Amino acid sequence: MSNTNTFGPAGLNLHRFANPGRFLRLSGAVLPWLAVSGVVITAIGLGWGLFLAPADWQQGDAVRIMYVHVPAAWLASLGYVMLACASLASLVWRHPLADLAAAEIGPVGAGITAICLATGSLWGKPMWGAWWVWDARMTSVLVLFFLYLGHIALVRAFDDQQRGYRAAAILALVGVVNLPIIKFSVEWWNTLHQPASITLSGAPSMAPALLWPLLVSAIGFNLGFAAVVVARLRAAVMERRIRALLLARARNDLQNA
Amino acid sequence: MNHLSFIAAAYGLTLVVVLVFAIGAWRRGVAAQRRLAALDPRNATTMPGDAA
Repeated sequence: MSNTNTFGPAGLNLHRFANPGRFLRLSGAVLPWLAVSGVVITAIGLGWGLFLAPADWQQGDAVRIMYVHVPAAWLASLGYVMLACASLASLVWRHPLADLAAAEIGPVGAGITAICLATGSLWGKPMWGAWWVWDARMTSVLVLFFLYLGHIALVRAFDDQQRGYRAAAILALVGVVNLPIIKFSVEWWNTLHQPASITLSGAPSMAPALLWPLLVSAIGFNLGFAAVVVARLRAAVMERRIRALLLARARNDLQNA
Repeated sequence: MNHLSFIAAAYGLTLVVVLVFAIGAWRRGVAAQRRLAALDPRNATTMPGDAA
């Protein structure tokens, strides 16, 4: 009989990492490395893009906004995938760490999506002559932002926290339908937004001098995002422990009174 | 550098949002760790059911 559990074969036993105590120990060791590498790699990517990468022949220096806008856009979608995975784990396995992870990813994802929208607007004004247009890509990213806000609101909307987590998890899973719309919006509809310059299936249509700082910046953004989410999750796990200890202490006091 | 104000605004805004989240997470973690250590000094970073 093969040795498997709910999270896969024994060699990939992810469930044991979801134990809150083990998570605190592991994350305590990993977090400083994540944070330092996130800051250093992001600084290298942004410095490279801002000072060393060439200006675009059409857009001039405004193309440098790409080094914050595109990593934020990729991360906004990736963060939502993580939110949906945590929500699925919460609904299917009812694991308390999955609830907390989803609750902590939501605000950070909303922040990143806000950066994506704001920097897109700051890029659009000099290039298109408008801060905002209701084209398919921008509107679908705005919907993603509202999905994040809806998730944050639902987590906090119920007196019974478990009901809040469950309702928010359902919203997060329903909202996954928006991700392919964001990805393919520039192909399905006629939009002002340019099509993807980097795809998994083909060679990038961007000069390497522009592409490399973008990729470095994107790696840095991802590491920074992971560091902030892990730090928030550590705090949330400890806060839950504090509430449990205070509750136990109050029960003891009540029994002794 | 042309469009400097737009570039500066984009980078500045990103930096501010990232710093707000990073400092907020760090402060929340320090506060929780301090409170937990005060309530349960022996097991400040361990949980029930945490196997040795």
